[in-house]
Amino acid sequence: MNARRRLLALLLCGLPFGALAQGFAGLGTTAEGFAIPERGRALTFPADHGPHPAFRIEWWYLTAPLTGEDGRDYGIQWTLFRSALAPEERDGWSSPQIWMAHAALTEPDRHHVAERLARGGIGQAGVTAAPFAAHIDDWQMTGTPGKGIDQLHLTARGKDFAYDLRLEASGPIVLHGDAGYSVKSPKGQASYYYSQPGYTVTGTIETERGTVRVSGQGWLDREWSSQPLAEDQRGWDWFSLSFDSGDKMMGFRLRDGGPGFTSATWIGSDGSAKPLPDGALTLEPLETTTVEDRAIPTRWRVVLPAHGLDITVGAMNPQAWMGTSFPYWEGPVTITGSHTGRGYLEMTGYE
Amino acid sequence: MTRWAFLALLSHWRRQPLQLVAMILGLALATGLWSAVQAINAEARASYAAAASRLGLSQGPTLTSPDGTIPSDTYVALRRAGWQLSPVLEGPIRLGGRTLRLVGVDVLSYPALPDSSALSGIAPLDVLTPPGRLFASRVTAEGFDGDPRLVLSQDVPAGVVLTDIGTAEALLDRPGALSRILVLPDQPMGLAPLADLAPQLSLSSPSATSDAAHLTDSFHLNLTAFGLLSFAVGLFIVHGTAGLVMEQRRPLFRTLRALGLPARHLTLLVLAELLTLALIAGLLGLVLGYLVAAALLPDVAATLRGLYGAPVEGGLTLRPLWVLSGLAMAVVGAGLAGARGIWALVRLPILASSGMALRSVASGLGARHLALAGLALILAGYLALRLMPGLTGGFVMLAGLLLGAALLLPLLVDACLQLCQRRAKGPVAQWVWADMRVQLPGLSLALMALLLALAANIGVGTMVSSFRLTFTGWLDQRLASELYVRAASDEQGAAIERWLASRADAVLPLRSAEITLAGQPGELYGVADHATYRQNWPLIASEPGVWDRVAAGEAALINEQLARRENLWPGDTVTIAPDWTLTVAGVYSDYGNPKGQVMVSIPALVAHHPEVPNRRFGIRVDPAKSEALARDLRQSFDLPEESIVDQAALKASSLAIFDKTFVVTGALNVLTLGVAGFAILTALLTLWTMRLPQVAPAWALGLTRAQLGRLELCRSLALAAITALLALPLGLALAWVLLNVINVAAFGWRLPMYLFPADWLRLFLLALIAGGLAAALPARRLHRLPPAHLLRIFANER
Repeated sequence: MNARRRLLALLLCGLPFGALAQGFAGLGTTAEGFAIPERGRALTFPADHGPHPAFRIEWWYLTAPLTGEDGRDYGIQWTLFRSALAPEERDGWSSPQIWMAHAALTEPDRHHVAERLARGGIGQAGVTAAPFAAHIDDWQMTGTPGKGIDQLHLTARGKDFAYDLRLEASGPIVLHGDAGYSVKSPKGQASYYYSQPGYTVTGTIETERGTVRVSGQGWLDREWSSQPLAEDQRGWDWFSLSFDSGDKMMGFRLRDGGPGFTSATWIGSDGSAKPLPDGALTLEPLETTTVEDRAIPTRWRVVLPAHGLDITVGAMNPQAWMGTSFPYWEGPVTITGSHTGRGYLEMTGYE
Repeated sequence: MTRWAFLALLSHWRRQPLQLVAMILGLALATGLWSAVQAINAEARASYAAAASRLGLSQGPTLTSPDGTIPSDTYVALRRAGWQLSPVLEGPIRLGGRTLRLVGVDVLSYPALPDSSALSGIAPLDVLTPPGRLFASRVTAEGFDGDPRLVLSQDVPAGVVLTDIGTAEALLDRPGALSRILVLPDQPMGLAPLADLAPQLSLSSPSATSDAAHLTDSFHLNLTAFGLLSFAVGLFIVHGTAGLVMEQRRPLFRTLRALGLPARHLTLLVLAELLTLALIAGLLGLVLGYLVAAALLPDVAATLRGLYGAPVEGGLTLRPLWVLSGLAMAVVGAGLAGARGIWALVRLPILASSGMALRSVASGLGARHLALAGLALILAGYLALRLMPGLTGGFVMLAGLLLGAALLLPLLVDACLQLCQRRAKGPVAQWVWADMRVQLPGLSLALMALLLALAANIGVGTMVSSFRLTFTGWLDQRLASELYVRAASDEQGAAIERWLASRADAVLPLRSAEITLAGQPGELYGVADHATYRQNWPLIASEPGVWDRVAAGEAALINEQLARRENLWPGDTVTIAPDWTLTVAGVYSDYGNPKGQVMVSIPALVAHHPEVPNRRFGIRVDPAKSEALARDLRQSFDLPEESIVDQAALKASSLAIFDKTFVVTGALNVLTLGVAGFAILTALLTLWTMRLPQVAPAWALGLTRAQLGRLELCRSLALAAITALLALPLGLALAWVLLNVINVAAFGWRLPMYLFPADWLRLFLLALIAGGLAAALPARRLHRLPPAHLLRIFANER
């Protein structure tokens, strides 16, 4: 990581420059002055689609495994992060809110990444709840007025790729954990977390090879908190899986020195959500790939006995590395075993 | 054999230590002055380059607006169109009693932030939100090092305070404004062209050299010219000494050859000796150069900062480039100086007599050839100026003029001597003049050195003094108000204006905006309609009714720099903004400022730039009451000491900056003259041995040694006097070129030339002293020469 990137990384964590970051991206640092998620607070929409400046970190995170008219598999990622240096919003350059976005387009043999950074307060980036609109520079995720987040227009472009997609949700919003209060460690760290896992996606992607019409399934994650990780948690492995049966599963493991902390939500084909406690989900790396001089697990055995799930999840492109200010692995996956289907995998904190 | 031959060669120096000293000192002086100038130049250039790269000043294409301000909304709009950009807001700021350049950048997108080590332990929140942090180097931070916002960083160039754009916005009181927008190197695919998205902005591509390097080119060219001049003068010394050493060792060479040493062998040995001497002298010269550069650099740095705003650190680092160039100059110089001697050595006849006397006899033909070459050089210089107008042409012309005049010198001196010889009565007088003519070829190089040094002194002295006189007069005109006050805010400014209305004769607002004029940074000033300006403002060209037309907003005044650069004179039109063009009604002189400037009436300024601050005022008041008024003003508004400056203090500080600018020039001038005096000394010493065979007959005919010694002294004085007289017209020609060609090209202003006869007299005396001192040693030697030596001349004339 070069000096400039390190500088940005520290800047985004709100840490004194040169201090040791806690956990991945400083997410394990204490949250003095910031709001803390409370169990039992009901999420309200559309208000909660918008930003929560009193919380330190928040994201709008969309992933979609896609198939092109050319028969090839693709995947796209569109993420907008909000990072607050202070729990307030101000107009102009003195705003303590900082925005960062990542976009990626994964092909079986290539992986394109772009990153954007913006100061809050000047209009270069931001989110409004109703009508829903999230943007940074020219990248946008815009909802049709009156439809909340059910109909979205999604665009992003980088040096060597671009995409322009329409998303249409077919099911309800899913609240994770206890009605959206998602616990992240035995010590009680938590975040607010909801998803819209059921988008049908159509549109175009563009690379130097040309423009291709694509279609597939999209998954939006919304999460905000002030200290989502415990101090000893170094990173996570996060899965969003859509099975051909119509069922879906969100599952993650937060890694620490010991067995880690797991959590999962089983989403029936009717949209009903069943949260599963720590330990219900088992994740076992089967195979690692060397990516950027690190060993990254790119084939996993995922077992959830409560729902008869025993599958192998493999990366479509094992080199789906996000070489951004905070580097991590994120890419589309293919599912085989007791269930089949496609999904997205995110792995952070592998040094 | 080789070893013994080499030792035999070296034994000469043991017997003639003075020659060794002259040789090494001459070469060391030449190298020293040259490398001092090179070191200063290298240091300054490195500073500009470092500043440019560290600050991203020349880091790629940049968007600017004709009126100097870009709304930050435009930046956001271009960002929303996908362009990857980085905004910059900069402006002057008063900190610690000095005006510094505040550069505000968006720390998220700026491509050239200080190294993260400087940021150790600083919370990002403190950088991004009020009161913010100010990054500056230790040198810059002198004077406000107690400021809690200060963060020391050696990555920030001298004179610059780096901060976040939000902090800059507040400190400069320019909310929502940007100075320029950098276009970052990596852009996404499929963007709409900037020209369509923001037609009001202009995109300038990065220039190979930074602004500072461009602006200060002339200054460095000046220094380099001086360095070369000193080097040339230094070489005269070495040339004289080298010739003497070769001459005196002829018998030794012949003996060595007769003993069987091959000619090639001998030549190689002499070359090796020369190289060793050159390297020793070169190293000494480098030490000397380093010391001179270290002594002068702070003044040069101050000059460059004051005159051009170019950032230069005060410290000197040893750079391999100038060490090598210094050594190379020493070796090349020694080679040049020794070339003739070595050429003679290669062709040395073993048995033939030396014919020393013959060779030194004046050859009218040689002097005439030299003179012709000199005329050709002067002509070539003149043509060069015609073919390439501007700074380079000017310097080529100067070089041609000086060298050509130097080559003309032997013929002119000879003509003078001939004239005197014809008028001389009596055998002794006739012999003296004739003898001088015989000596002339041997001395002419030293005299050329003296001529060049004297002419440079007269020329540069006249230029500097003319400049100073003009500058002083101009300051009197320009600084007509008795007091100058600076308010902290526009509100306070308005209050001060009201307060003064009843207490002062007049309050003249001084308001200005930074704009782009003909593609370069410039300034737009508002001028009040007041008698102060009508009576005092230094106009060098104007139309009738100039002040009425400016006051009516129909016309503008421009400074001389802009007028000469863009060739705009009264009657032409000047474009201040794309939609704002005015007739030029007058041109005013504006020294000490490299930027173009336009003056319009204050209502016109405010109409186009409503945001210009109204905080500075000139106050007209009875001079006797000005001190009391300043005191009252300070108390009433609780103004800090430096906010009110009286005219005298302002003039004094302006003149101090001016004088500092020419400290370097003056120092180099004195050094050059010293070197020239030394050149005469070595030339006379060289001639000394050759003189004996000519003096001996005069002694034999009855002149005493004391008489001969006195005559020797008079001869040297006469030659110095003739040279000094000839140097005067050359010096004045030099001054004329400096004032009318070089200054116009370098700074954009033409200065009237004033003559300073008292200075000439002083210089004339100085030349006589140099000539006298140089002749004193040989004359004393002659005076004390044992008669046996003179007798021996007749016994063993070789």
